[in-house]
Amino acid sequence: MADTSTIRGRKSPVTYVMRFSVIAYLSVLVVWPLYEVTARTFAPIERGAEGGFSAFLERLQDPSVTYAFQLTATCAFWAVLINTVFGVGISLLLVRYQFPGRRVLSVLVDLPMSVSPVVVGLALVLAYSSGQGWFGGVLESAGIFIIGTTPGLIMATAFVSLPLVVREIVPVLEEIGIDAELAASSLGANGWQTFRRITLPSIKWAVVYGVVLSLARSLGEFGAVKIVSPGAEFRGETATILIQNRYTNYEEPTAYAAAFVLVLASVLALVVVSLIRKPDHQ
Amino acid sequence: MSIEVSGINKSYGDFVALEDINVSLPTGQLTALLGPSGGGKSTLLRIIAGLDTADSGSVEIEGVNATRLPPQKRNVGFVFQHYAVFKHMTVAKNVAFGLEIRKRPKAEVKAKVAELLELVHLSQFAHRLPSQLSGGQRQRLALARALAVEPSVLLLDEPFGALDAQVRKELRDWLRRLHDEVHVTTVFVTHDQEEAMEVADEIVVINNGRIEQIGTPDQLYDEPANDFVMGFLGDVTRLGNVRLRPHDIELALSPAVAAGTAPAFAGVIARTLRVGFEVRLTVDVDGQGETTQVVLSRTHARALDLEVGTKVWLRPATGASSVPVLGIAAG
Repeated sequence: MADTSTIRGRKSPVTYVMRFSVIAYLSVLVVWPLYEVTARTFAPIERGAEGGFSAFLERLQDPSVTYAFQLTATCAFWAVLINTVFGVGISLLLVRYQFPGRRVLSVLVDLPMSVSPVVVGLALVLAYSSGQGWFGGVLESAGIFIIGTTPGLIMATAFVSLPLVVREIVPVLEEIGIDAELAASSLGANGWQTFRRITLPSIKWAVVYGVVLSLARSLGEFGAVKIVSPGAEFRGETATILIQNRYTNYEEPTAYAAAFVLVLASVLALVVVSLIRKPDHQ
Repeated sequence: MSIEVSGINKSYGDFVALEDINVSLPTGQLTALLGPSGGGKSTLLRIIAGLDTADSGSVEIEGVNATRLPPQKRNVGFVFQHYAVFKHMTVAKNVAFGLEIRKRPKAEVKAKVAELLELVHLSQFAHRLPSQLSGGQRQRLALARALAVEPSVLLLDEPFGALDAQVRKELRDWLRRLHDEVHVTTVFVTHDQEEAMEVADEIVVINNGRIEQIGTPDQLYDEPANDFVMGFLGDVTRLGNVRLRPHDIELALSPAVAAGTAPAFAGVIARTLRVGFEVRLTVDVDGQGETTQVVLSRTHARALDLEVGTKVWLRPATGASSVPVLGIAAG
């Protein structure tokens, strides 16, 4: 790494200008707003009232807040689980098999990245709601309701975070190639044994990375969930919807507290990811 | 017969990779599939292993029709050019893989792994990861791993192709000795004629998806079936109406010397080049469009006092192997 240190050693005015602009940009966009949320979280609600950590905890212990976080956790858990299983499957399909429509599938997987989550929510409502959705009618007669219930929220969350796992695994699968897998099968391993003993250990870190990313994404999902969910207290109100509702209802301190928890979760996810990434690059 | 390949055809789109391949390989023999890159030899090996499927034809291994069997049911060991070791497993675990898949008792696996690591001289590296091994060591590991399942045939796809010349030569000798010890029917693919001649009992020359000739190294060298085989196995030059090896030409300073049966061709030395112990001469033969290459030992050349411009007479040495020049190819 001699090259990097030489570059680093040369400090011209341009270096300082660039450094300053990057720091300023990040401060204005990220650091300052997040600092405000944190500060408000721990600030006293009104003059003379108690502030700090205990007040923060108290706000979080409100049953409707607990419900919201539980719902978010449930949705995130199932969405991540579903996406991990399907993500690995789709990745294998995309990399290891040639079939007509492979490119179309690849584009479809990326679609949730580019389509606005609100549109996703709307599309799910159109497809599955018992009133107007053609598929919803069938499900309704079978006694299954998607829209407005937890499965609907999970679907919306899963839809939005689908590409994250796939996009992590695909490049790793492409890089490791098929030689080791062929060797395993020539040594007598069947498809499942080859996958479990050879393929999975090779893509392990990519899977973990994808899971952490989609977990972070799922916890913070708002747009799609907002459309699909009834969005009332104790009725489909996830943490993000709770923040929106409380904020507009002048219960800002609760909104700040919930927001702070979400920020904390994302930071934690990023720390985990950077810890995972490090040994990879050594 | 251990491997019986009959009527194999394989095309990729318009490209014909293999055309009506018939070959039988006896048990315990070390066979080389030799040919230029893209000639179809690797494809044939992969079809035998079941890693590729033929469009038509059949493969029989140890009397069992294996044409439709998946690779894991064929009981073949396959060694890849780029090792294909399992990077996340230790050396010992790599070797144990096939046995663990077959659910052999732990003690048996351990003993077998120790025995094989001994055989490939990797015992002291048993607990290392493949990334800590050199290329040659990785390839020996891949070999031990393939041998662990006691395959009825061992298939090697350009096994030494990714190694440097020195290690390549070492492993080549080592493979020959290993085969003499283990006696498993072995087929290896190579584009290096020297490698094939040194190691193999029998060589199958494949070019453009067809078998050009099958025979022992001596047969191929001495009685090449055609121009291609002759040219692929060593240097070839033209003298009169035949192609032959440059070292199979006798050179004299007068037409009368040596009462040879073949008529001598007169010519003039156009160029001389000394490489180590040999001297390579380029001779302009009278009435022949193409120049003729002649190789002499250094001592011989010095005794004759040869230099550019010397008039010489050439004739094929007695017992020299040669093939007639094809009308069109001669130009």
